[in-house]
Amino acid sequence: MRKTLLYSALILLSALFIAPFYWTFMTAIKSTADLYQFPPVFWPSEWHWENFAAAWNKQPFGTYLSNSLIVVVFSTIGQLISSSLVAYGFARFRFPGRDPLFIVLLATMMIPWDVKMIPLYMEFNMLGWINTLKPLIVPAYFADAFFVFLLRQYIMTVPMEIDEAARMDGANAFDIYWRIHLPLMMPALVLVGTFHFMNAWNDYLGPLIFLNDQSKYTLTLGLSMFKGLHEVDATSIAAITVILCLPPLALFFVAQRYIMDGAVGSSVKG
Amino acid sequence: MDMTYAGAEPKVARRKRSAIARHAAPYLFISPWILGFLFFTLGPLVFSLTMSFYDWPVVGERTFVGLDNYRTMIMDDPQFWESLWITVKFAAIYVPFNIVMSFLLALMLHNITFASGFFRTAFYLPSVISGVALVTIWSWIYSKEYGLLNFMLSFVGIDGPNWLGDPNLAIVAIIIASLWGLGGTMLILLTGLKAIPKELYEAATVSGVPGWAQMLFITLPMLGPMLLFTFITSIISAFQQLTIALLLTKGGPLGSTYFFAMYIYDNAFKYFDMGYAAAGSWVMFIIVLALSLGVMRWSAAWVYYEGEVRQNDGEGHA
Repeated sequence: MRKTLLYSALILLSALFIAPFYWTFMTAIKSTADLYQFPPVFWPSEWHWENFAAAWNKQPFGTYLSNSLIVVVFSTIGQLISSSLVAYGFARFRFPGRDPLFIVLLATMMIPWDVKMIPLYMEFNMLGWINTLKPLIVPAYFADAFFVFLLRQYIMTVPMEIDEAARMDGANAFDIYWRIHLPLMMPALVLVGTFHFMNAWNDYLGPLIFLNDQSKYTLTLGLSMFKGLHEVDATSIAAITVILCLPPLALFFVAQRYIMDGAVGSSVKG
Repeated sequence: MDMTYAGAEPKVARRKRSAIARHAAPYLFISPWILGFLFFTLGPLVFSLTMSFYDWPVVGERTFVGLDNYRTMIMDDPQFWESLWITVKFAAIYVPFNIVMSFLLALMLHNITFASGFFRTAFYLPSVISGVALVTIWSWIYSKEYGLLNFMLSFVGIDGPNWLGDPNLAIVAIIIASLWGLGGTMLILLTGLKAIPKELYEAATVSGVPGWAQMLFITLPMLGPMLLFTFITSIISAFQQLTIALLLTKGGPLGSTYFFAMYIYDNAFKYFDMGYAAAGSWVMFIIVLALSLGVMRWSAAWVYYEGEVRQNDGEGHA
C-alpha cells in the first residue's frame, strides 16, 4: 500500500519533469495546423521531420554549430589536462603554502560570475579577444577549481605505495602522473569531461558578452537571437531547441553511471 | 628526464639540482591554476574593485570618484533597491523550495529499489540542458492561449492567467522554471542519504524509535553537511539569477522580474558605465559572502560532522 502510493507519486512527479521535453519535441514535429489547436494536440496527426531541416536553414546554424564545437572540443581538452595536473600537484606533494593555496582554490568557487564578468570583458578587450572564441576557450587551460577538487579527492583514494613503487623503479614525478594517475583517474576524467562539455555547450552569458558578430555565434546564442526575431515561428524554435538539447542529453546517458555514482560523492564528501 | 648528462656532473651539483627539481615540481604541476588564478580571478577582482571607485566608461576619460558609485547606488538609485528586493524575494522562496523539494524527492528515491534509476534520471534530465533551451521550453508552457500549464489548469476549472504578462505571477513563473532544474541538488542529497549507515536505523527500530523520530534525530543530523552545502550553493545561484530572467521576461512586466544581476548587466553592457556596474557587483559579492558566512555560523548549531570524531587524516580541511 505504502509502496503503491510512493510509486504513484513518483510517476506523477517524474511526468512533470519529462513532459516539457515531450512537448518541445512534439512542437517541433507538428504541422502548423496542429500547432494552434486548442485543446492542444498531444499526438500529432502527421509527423513533419522536414521541420528540422527547414529550421536549420533559416539562419546560419551550421556556422553556430561549428563555433560551438570548436569551443567545446578545445576547451574540454584544456580542462582535462590542466585540472588533472593541478589536482596531482595538490594531492601528491607536500610543499610550503600548499594548504593555504588549496583553501584559496576552494574559496574561488564562491565568487559570483558577475564580479568577474566586467573586468574579464575589459581584460579580453585589451587583449583584442572580444568577438573571438578565445575568451571561451583559453581560460579552460588554467584549471577549474571545482574539477581540481574533484580530481584531487579521486587521486587521494589511490594508495601512496603505488607512487613509491614507481619511484623505486626510477620514474619521475611526471611519469607517475602520466603513466599511473592519468589511467587510474579515467572515471573521474570522464566525469570532468562530461561536466565541462555540458557547461561549455550550454553556456549563454559568456558568448552573449564576448561575441558580437553573427559569424562568431555559438548555438545557444544563435538560438536566443533567432527566438527574439521569430517569436511566432514556434516550430523552428522548437526544432533548434531539440537539436541544442541532443548532445548534452546523449552525453548524459553515455556517462550516466559515472555522474550518478562518482561525481557527487567524491565532490562533496571531502 | 635528462639522466644521461647527470652522470657527468660532480656529485654535489647533481644533488643540488635534483633538490631544486624536487622543490619546483609541485609548483610546476599547480602552475596552470596559479596563473589562471592571477589572470582570471585575482586580477579581475582587483581590477573590478578599482573600477568601482572610478567613473569608468568603456571609451573615454575615466575619473576617480571615491565612494561616489556606492553612495549614488544606495542613496539615489531606486532601481538598485528594487532589483535587490526582487532578488531577495526570489531567493527567499527559491532556496527553501529547492532544498525541501530536492530532499523529499531524494527521500522517495532512497526508499524504492525498482526503477529507481529511471526516476533519478527523469528528475535530473532538466539539469543537463542549456538555460536557453529551458527558457524556450517554458515560454510555451506559460503561453496564455496555447500553453500546457493553462490547459492543465482548465481541467480543474481554473481560467489560466497570463503568467508572463502579470507582474505578480512572472516571478512565480521564474521560480517554477528554476525549480525544474533541482536535479543537481537532489543528487547530492540522495548521495548523502545513501551514506548514512543502515545500522543506525536498525538499532533505532529495535529500540522502538518511531519513524518520525528517526527522521528528526538520525536522517536530518547525518545529512547536515550536505544540507549546508546545498543551502549555500542555492543562495549563490539564486543571487546570480540572470539567464532565465533575461530570456523569459526580459525583466518585465513592469520591472517585476528585474533581478539584481540584470541591473549589473545593464549598467555594464547597456549603459557602458563599467565603474558603476563594478560597484554593483561588489555589493552582490559582499551580500553573498555575508549570507554564506552567516549560514555557516548558524549551521554550527545544527550540522553534525561525523569526521570530527574520527581521526584527522592530516590532509587539511577539504
